[in-house]
Amino acid sequence: MIAGANRRIPALAGALLLALLLAGAIIAGLSRDAAPQAAAVADAPARPWAMRAGAFDPPHAAPEFSLSGSDGTPVTLARYRGKVVLLSFGFTYCATVCPTTLSTLAQARKGLREAADAVQVVFVTVDPARDDPAHMREYLAAFDRSFVGATGTSDALAAVRTQYGVTAEKHGTGPDYVMTHTSSIFLIDRAGKLRAMMPFGHDPADFVHDVKLLLAE
Amino acid sequence: MRPSWKRLVAVALSLSLLVGLGWAALAPINVASRDALFEIPPGTSARRMAGEDLDILPQTIRLTLGVNDVLVLRNADRVPHIFGPTLIMPGQSFRLPFVQPSTYSFLCTAHANGQLNIIVEPAPAPGWQRLRWRWRSLIDKGGG
Repeated sequence: MIAGANRRIPALAGALLLALLLAGAIIAGLSRDAAPQAAAVADAPARPWAMRAGAFDPPHAAPEFSLSGSDGTPVTLARYRGKVVLLSFGFTYCATVCPTTLSTLAQARKGLREAADAVQVVFVTVDPARDDPAHMREYLAAFDRSFVGATGTSDALAAVRTQYGVTAEKHGTGPDYVMTHTSSIFLIDRAGKLRAMMPFGHDPADFVHDVKLLLAE
Repeated sequence: MRPSWKRLVAVALSLSLLVGLGWAALAPINVASRDALFEIPPGTSARRMAGEDLDILPQTIRLTLGVNDVLVLRNADRVPHIFGPTLIMPGQSFRLPFVQPSTYSFLCTAHANGQLNIIVEPAPAPGWQRLRWRWRSLIDKGGG
Protein backbone atom coordinates (compact mmCIF):
# COMPACT_ATOMS: atom_id res chain seq x y z
CA MET A 1 0.00 0.00 0.00
CA ILE A 2 2.64 2.43 1.08
CA ALA A 3 4.90 1.59 -1.86
CA GLY A 4 1.90 2.08 -4.27
CA ALA A 5 1.06 5.47 -2.76
CA ASN A 6 4.66 6.58 -3.09
CA ARG A 7 4.64 5.70 -6.79
CA ARG A 8 1.38 7.61 -7.34
CA ILE A 9 2.65 10.93 -5.88
CA PRO A 10 5.24 11.68 -8.63
CA ALA A 11 2.75 10.50 -11.25
CA LEU A 12 0.09 12.92 -9.99
CA ALA A 13 2.65 15.70 -9.78
CA GLY A 14 3.56 14.98 -13.40
CA ALA A 15 -0.10 15.11 -14.43
CA LEU A 16 -0.57 18.42 -12.63
CA LEU A 17 2.56 19.85 -14.25
CA LEU A 18 1.31 18.73 -17.65
CA ALA A 19 -2.11 20.29 -16.92
CA LEU A 20 -0.54 23.60 -15.94
CA LEU A 21 1.66 23.62 -19.03
CA LEU A 22 -1.33 22.91 -21.27
CA ALA A 23 -3.45 25.56 -19.57
CA GLY A 24 -0.60 28.04 -19.92
CA ALA A 25 -0.28 27.21 -23.59
CA ILE A 26 -4.06 27.68 -24.13
CA ILE A 27 -4.08 31.03 -22.32
CA ALA A 28 -0.93 32.21 -24.09
CA GLY A 29 -2.39 31.15 -27.42
CA LEU A 30 -5.70 32.95 -26.81
CA SER A 31 -4.12 36.17 -25.64
CA ARG A 32 -1.01 36.25 -27.82
CA ASP A 33 -2.03 39.21 -29.99
CA ALA A 34 -3.00 41.52 -27.18
CA ALA A 35 0.25 42.51 -25.49
CA PRO A 36 2.50 44.02 -28.22
CA GLN A 37 -0.23 46.09 -29.86
CA ALA A 38 -1.54 47.30 -26.49
CA ALA A 39 1.93 48.72 -25.86
CA ALA A 40 1.81 50.46 -29.26
CA VAL A 41 -1.53 52.09 -28.36
CA ALA A 42 -0.11 53.32 -25.06
CA ASP A 43 2.82 54.94 -26.89
CA ALA A 44 0.58 56.76 -29.40
CA PRO A 45 -0.18 60.49 -28.91
CA ALA A 46 -2.99 60.80 -26.43
CA ARG A 47 -4.78 63.93 -27.56
CA PRO A 48 -7.34 62.76 -30.15
CA TRP A 49 -8.04 59.67 -28.06
CA ALA A 50 -8.67 61.68 -24.93
CA MET A 51 -11.64 63.60 -26.30
CA ARG A 52 -15.15 62.39 -25.66
CA ALA A 53 -16.36 63.92 -28.91
CA GLY A 54 -15.39 62.48 -32.27
CA ALA A 55 -11.98 63.97 -33.05
CA PHE A 56 -10.65 64.91 -36.47
CA ASP A 57 -7.06 63.83 -37.06
CA PRO A 58 -5.27 65.81 -38.37
CA PRO A 59 -7.48 68.83 -37.73
CA HIS A 60 -8.08 71.33 -40.56
CA ALA A 61 -9.14 74.98 -40.44
CA ALA A 62 -12.87 75.25 -39.73
CA PRO A 63 -14.65 76.61 -42.83
CA GLU A 64 -15.14 80.35 -42.42
CA PHE A 65 -18.49 82.05 -42.93
CA SER A 66 -20.08 85.44 -42.53
CA LEU A 67 -23.71 85.55 -41.42
CA SER A 68 -26.04 88.03 -39.71
CA GLY A 69 -25.65 87.82 -35.96
CA SER A 70 -28.51 87.93 -33.47
CA ASP A 71 -26.47 90.55 -31.59
CA GLY A 72 -26.52 92.88 -34.60
CA THR A 73 -22.91 92.15 -35.61
CA PRO A 74 -21.81 89.84 -38.44
CA VAL A 75 -20.92 86.38 -37.16
CA THR A 76 -17.61 85.02 -38.40
CA LEU A 77 -15.24 82.51 -36.86
CA ALA A 78 -12.44 85.07 -37.06
CA ARG A 79 -14.44 87.21 -34.62
CA TYR A 80 -14.07 84.48 -31.98
CA ARG A 81 -10.42 83.60 -32.56
CA GLY A 82 -8.90 82.95 -29.14
CA LYS A 83 -12.10 81.32 -27.90
CA VAL A 84 -13.37 77.79 -28.25
CA VAL A 85 -16.45 77.91 -30.49
CA LEU A 86 -19.26 75.40 -30.07
CA LEU A 87 -21.12 75.50 -33.37
CA SER A 88 -24.56 73.97 -33.73
CA PHE A 89 -27.23 74.01 -36.41
CA GLY A 90 -30.95 74.13 -35.73
CA PHE A 91 -34.07 76.28 -35.67
CA THR A 92 -36.00 78.07 -32.96
CA TYR A 93 -39.26 76.25 -33.66
CA CYS A 94 -37.56 72.90 -33.01
CA ALA A 95 -39.50 70.99 -30.38
CA THR A 96 -36.96 68.63 -28.90
CA VAL A 97 -33.41 68.42 -30.27
CA CYS A 98 -32.46 72.12 -30.33
CA PRO A 99 -33.79 73.02 -26.86
CA THR A 100 -31.98 69.99 -25.45
CA THR A 101 -28.73 70.92 -27.18
CA LEU A 102 -28.91 74.56 -26.13
CA SER A 103 -29.78 73.66 -22.58
CA THR A 104 -26.84 71.20 -22.49
CA LEU A 105 -24.47 73.87 -23.81
CA ALA A 106 -25.77 76.42 -21.28
CA GLN A 107 -25.13 73.94 -18.46
CA ALA A 108 -21.68 73.21 -19.88
CA ARG A 109 -20.82 76.91 -19.79
CA LYS A 110 -21.97 77.09 -16.16
CA GLY A 111 -19.82 74.02 -15.45
CA LEU A 112 -16.78 75.77 -16.91
CA ARG A 113 -17.11 78.54 -14.27
CA GLU A 114 -14.43 81.21 -14.84
CA ALA A 115 -13.41 79.57 -18.15
CA ALA A 116 -16.93 80.11 -19.54
CA ASP A 117 -15.93 83.43 -21.09
CA ALA A 118 -13.41 81.58 -23.28
CA VAL A 119 -16.27 79.68 -24.94
CA GLN A 120 -18.67 81.01 -27.57
CA VAL A 121 -21.80 79.13 -28.61
CA VAL A 122 -22.90 79.91 -32.17
CA PHE A 123 -26.31 78.65 -33.27
CA VAL A 124 -26.76 78.70 -37.05
CA THR A 125 -30.34 78.50 -38.20
CA VAL A 126 -31.52 76.04 -40.83
CA ASP A 127 -34.83 77.92 -41.05
CA PRO A 128 -34.16 81.53 -42.17
CA ALA A 129 -37.81 82.07 -43.12
CA ARG A 130 -38.83 82.09 -39.46
CA ASP A 131 -35.55 82.80 -37.66
CA ASP A 132 -34.68 86.48 -37.99
CA PRO A 133 -31.93 87.99 -35.79
CA ALA A 134 -34.36 89.57 -33.31
CA HIS A 135 -36.35 86.37 -32.82
CA MET A 136 -33.15 84.34 -32.41
CA ARG A 137 -31.80 86.80 -29.81
CA GLU A 138 -34.94 86.47 -27.72
CA TYR A 139 -35.02 82.68 -28.08
CA LEU A 140 -31.33 82.12 -27.26
CA ALA A 141 -31.38 84.48 -24.26
CA ALA A 142 -33.72 82.04 -22.54
CA PHE A 143 -30.81 79.56 -22.44
CA ASP A 144 -27.76 81.78 -22.07
CA ARG A 145 -27.37 85.48 -22.84
CA SER A 146 -23.93 84.93 -24.35
CA PHE A 147 -25.22 82.63 -27.12
CA VAL A 148 -25.13 84.13 -30.58
CA GLY A 149 -27.52 83.18 -33.38
CA ALA A 150 -26.56 83.35 -37.03
CA THR A 151 -28.85 83.67 -40.01
CA GLY A 152 -28.69 84.73 -43.64
CA THR A 153 -30.12 83.97 -47.03
CA SER A 154 -31.14 80.39 -47.78
CA ASP A 155 -28.23 80.09 -50.19
CA ALA A 156 -25.67 81.44 -47.73
CA LEU A 157 -26.87 79.07 -45.02
CA ALA A 158 -26.92 76.14 -47.42
CA ALA A 159 -23.31 76.92 -48.37
CA VAL A 160 -22.26 76.86 -44.71
CA ARG A 161 -24.05 73.52 -44.20
CA THR A 162 -22.28 72.03 -47.21
CA GLN A 163 -18.90 73.07 -45.86
CA TYR A 164 -19.61 71.33 -42.57
CA GLY A 165 -21.36 68.31 -44.06
CA VAL A 166 -24.58 69.28 -42.31
CA THR A 167 -27.96 68.29 -43.72
CA ALA A 168 -31.31 70.05 -43.29
CA GLU A 169 -34.62 69.13 -44.86
CA LYS A 170 -38.06 70.73 -44.67
CA HIS A 171 -41.02 68.50 -43.84
CA GLY A 172 -44.64 69.56 -44.13
CA THR A 173 -46.32 72.65 -45.49
CA GLY A 174 -48.07 75.62 -43.93
CA PRO A 175 -46.92 77.44 -40.81
CA ASP A 176 -46.24 74.29 -38.77
CA TYR A 177 -43.56 72.73 -40.96
CA VAL A 178 -40.55 71.18 -39.28
CA MET A 179 -36.92 70.77 -40.26
CA THR A 180 -34.88 67.61 -39.83
CA HIS A 181 -31.23 68.49 -39.47
CA THR A 182 -27.85 67.29 -38.27
CA SER A 183 -27.91 67.45 -34.50
CA SER A 184 -24.17 67.19 -33.77
CA ILE A 185 -22.16 70.07 -32.32
CA PHE A 186 -18.81 71.12 -33.79
CA LEU A 187 -15.90 72.03 -31.53
CA ILE A 188 -13.55 74.66 -32.96
CA ASP A 189 -10.35 75.46 -31.08
CA ARG A 190 -8.89 78.86 -30.27
CA ALA A 191 -6.81 78.84 -33.45
CA GLY A 192 -9.92 78.28 -35.58
CA LYS A 193 -9.36 74.60 -36.30
CA LEU A 194 -12.24 72.17 -36.49
CA ARG A 195 -11.19 69.70 -33.84
CA ALA A 196 -14.18 67.53 -33.08
CA MET A 197 -17.86 66.80 -33.46
CA MET A 198 -19.98 65.86 -30.45
CA PRO A 199 -22.99 63.76 -31.40
CA PHE A 200 -26.37 64.69 -29.92
CA GLY A 201 -27.12 63.19 -26.51
CA HIS A 202 -23.92 63.87 -24.62
CA ASP A 203 -23.97 65.32 -21.11
CA PRO A 204 -22.76 68.84 -20.24
CA ALA A 205 -19.86 67.15 -18.41
CA ASP A 206 -18.57 65.76 -21.71
CA PHE A 207 -18.51 69.27 -23.22
CA VAL A 208 -16.79 70.63 -20.10
CA HIS A 209 -14.20 67.86 -20.39
CA ASP A 210 -13.41 68.47 -24.05
CA VAL A 211 -13.51 72.28 -23.86
CA LYS A 212 -11.05 72.15 -20.97
CA LEU A 213 -8.75 69.99 -23.10
CA LEU A 214 -8.89 72.54 -25.91
CA LEU A 215 -8.41 75.51 -23.58
CA ALA A 216 -5.40 73.83 -21.95
CA GLU A 217 -3.46 73.75 -25.24
CA MET B 1 -1.29 -1.09 -8.26
CA ARG B 2 0.53 0.80 -11.05
CA PRO B 3 -0.88 4.14 -12.08
CA SER B 4 -2.46 4.17 -15.49
CA TRP B 5 -0.64 6.78 -17.60
CA LYS B 6 -3.59 7.07 -19.88
CA ARG B 7 -5.78 7.99 -16.93
CA LEU B 8 -3.24 10.52 -15.69
CA VAL B 9 -3.03 12.17 -19.10
CA ALA B 10 -6.82 12.28 -19.24
CA VAL B 11 -6.91 13.91 -15.80
CA ALA B 12 -4.25 16.40 -16.91
CA LEU B 13 -6.17 17.25 -20.08
CA SER B 14 -9.44 17.68 -18.17
CA LEU B 15 -7.77 19.89 -15.60
CA SER B 16 -6.13 22.04 -18.26
CA LEU B 17 -9.42 22.33 -20.13
CA LEU B 18 -11.15 23.42 -16.93
CA VAL B 19 -8.45 25.98 -16.17
CA GLY B 20 -8.59 27.25 -19.76
CA LEU B 21 -12.38 27.52 -19.72
CA GLY B 22 -12.30 29.21 -16.33
CA TRP B 23 -9.82 31.75 -17.62
CA ALA B 24 -11.77 32.32 -20.81
CA ALA B 25 -14.99 32.88 -18.84
CA LEU B 26 -13.58 35.10 -16.12
CA ALA B 27 -10.43 36.90 -17.27
CA PRO B 28 -10.92 40.54 -18.23
CA ILE B 29 -10.96 41.24 -21.96
CA ASN B 30 -7.74 42.95 -22.98
CA VAL B 31 -7.91 43.60 -26.69
CA ALA B 32 -5.01 45.06 -28.61
CA SER B 33 -7.04 47.79 -30.28
CA ARG B 34 -10.60 48.93 -29.71
CA ASP B 35 -10.86 50.59 -33.11
CA ALA B 36 -13.62 49.62 -35.50
CA LEU B 37 -12.05 50.99 -38.66
CA PHE B 38 -13.88 51.82 -41.88
CA GLU B 39 -11.92 53.39 -44.70
CA ILE B 40 -12.84 55.12 -47.94
CA PRO B 41 -10.21 53.66 -50.27
CA PRO B 42 -8.28 55.80 -52.76
CA GLY B 43 -10.14 56.26 -56.03
CA THR B 44 -13.64 55.96 -54.49
CA SER B 45 -14.81 59.26 -55.94
CA ALA B 46 -13.59 58.37 -59.45
CA ARG B 47 -15.32 54.99 -59.27
CA ARG B 48 -18.58 56.60 -58.10
CA MET B 49 -18.34 59.17 -60.92
CA ALA B 50 -17.94 56.25 -63.30
CA GLY B 51 -21.30 54.98 -62.09
CA GLU B 52 -20.11 52.25 -59.75
CA ASP B 53 -22.37 51.65 -56.75
CA LEU B 54 -20.05 51.50 -53.75
CA ASP B 55 -21.33 50.68 -50.29
CA ILE B 56 -18.41 51.23 -47.95
CA LEU B 57 -20.22 51.80 -44.70
CA PRO B 58 -22.82 49.24 -43.66
CA GLN B 59 -26.31 50.52 -42.82
CA THR B 60 -25.88 49.22 -39.29
CA ILE B 61 -22.61 49.02 -37.39
CA ARG B 62 -22.43 46.86 -34.26
CA LEU B 63 -19.90 47.77 -31.59
CA THR B 64 -19.19 46.23 -28.19
CA LEU B 65 -18.02 48.26 -25.22
CA GLY B 66 -14.52 47.34 -24.05
CA VAL B 67 -13.92 45.36 -27.23
CA ASN B 68 -14.39 47.58 -30.29
CA ASP B 69 -16.04 50.75 -29.02
CA VAL B 70 -14.14 53.39 -30.99
CA LEU B 71 -15.53 54.07 -34.45
CA VAL B 72 -12.70 55.19 -36.74
CA LEU B 73 -13.65 56.53 -40.15
CA ARG B 74 -10.75 57.28 -42.48
CA ASN B 75 -10.82 59.03 -45.82
CA ALA B 76 -7.95 57.73 -47.96
CA ASP B 77 -9.46 59.26 -51.11
CA ARG B 78 -8.36 62.54 -52.72
CA VAL B 79 -11.64 64.43 -52.22
CA PRO B 80 -13.76 65.18 -49.11
CA HIS B 81 -16.45 62.61 -48.32
CA ILE B 82 -19.53 62.61 -46.17
CA PHE B 83 -18.82 59.41 -44.32
CA GLY B 84 -21.28 58.30 -41.68
CA PRO B 85 -22.02 61.12 -39.30
CA THR B 86 -19.63 63.69 -40.68
CA LEU B 87 -17.64 65.25 -43.49
CA ILE B 88 -14.06 63.97 -43.59
CA MET B 89 -11.26 65.65 -45.51
CA PRO B 90 -8.79 63.70 -47.68
CA GLY B 91 -6.22 61.93 -45.53
CA GLN B 92 -8.18 62.69 -42.38
CA SER B 93 -9.58 60.31 -39.77
CA PHE B 94 -12.56 60.78 -37.50
CA ARG B 95 -12.36 58.94 -34.21
CA LEU B 96 -15.56 58.63 -32.19
CA PRO B 97 -15.51 56.76 -28.86
CA PHE B 98 -18.67 55.24 -27.34
CA VAL B 99 -19.19 54.71 -23.62
CA GLN B 100 -22.93 54.01 -23.33
CA PRO B 101 -24.70 50.95 -24.69
CA SER B 102 -27.47 52.23 -26.94
CA THR B 103 -28.58 52.56 -30.54
CA TYR B 104 -27.33 55.73 -32.18
CA SER B 105 -28.80 57.08 -35.41
CA PHE B 106 -27.04 59.59 -37.63
CA LEU B 107 -28.27 61.33 -40.73
CA CYS B 108 -26.05 60.01 -43.51
CA THR B 109 -26.58 60.95 -47.12
CA ALA B 110 -24.36 58.06 -48.23
CA HIS B 111 -27.17 55.62 -47.37
CA ALA B 112 -30.33 55.08 -49.36
CA ASN B 113 -32.62 55.79 -46.39
CA GLY B 114 -30.40 58.65 -45.23
CA GLN B 115 -29.59 57.04 -41.89
CA LEU B 116 -26.70 55.22 -40.27
CA ASN B 117 -27.39 53.15 -37.16
CA ILE B 118 -24.70 52.30 -34.66
CA ILE B 119 -25.68 49.69 -32.10
CA VAL B 120 -23.39 49.73 -29.09
CA GLU B 121 -23.70 46.62 -26.95
CA PRO B 122 -22.53 46.30 -23.35
CA ALA B 123 -19.17 44.69 -22.57
CA PRO B 124 -19.37 40.87 -22.35
CA ALA B 125 -20.08 40.00 -18.69
CA PRO B 126 -17.88 37.47 -16.87
CA GLY B 127 -19.15 33.95 -17.44
CA TRP B 128 -21.02 32.68 -20.43
CA GLN B 129 -20.97 35.99 -22.39
CA ARG B 130 -17.21 36.37 -22.06
CA LEU B 131 -16.66 32.70 -22.97
CA ARG B 132 -18.85 33.08 -26.05
CA TRP B 133 -17.05 36.27 -27.06
CA ARG B 134 -13.62 34.54 -26.77
CA TRP B 135 -14.88 31.56 -28.73
CA ARG B 136 -16.17 33.81 -31.52
CA SER B 137 -12.97 35.85 -31.68
CA LEU B 138 -10.96 32.60 -31.82
CA ILE B 139 -13.11 31.38 -34.71
CA ASP B 140 -12.75 34.77 -36.46
CA LYS B 141 -8.96 34.64 -36.07
CA GLY B 142 -8.89 31.09 -37.38
CA GLY B 143 -10.98 32.13 -40.34
CA GLY B 144 -8.44 34.86 -41.14
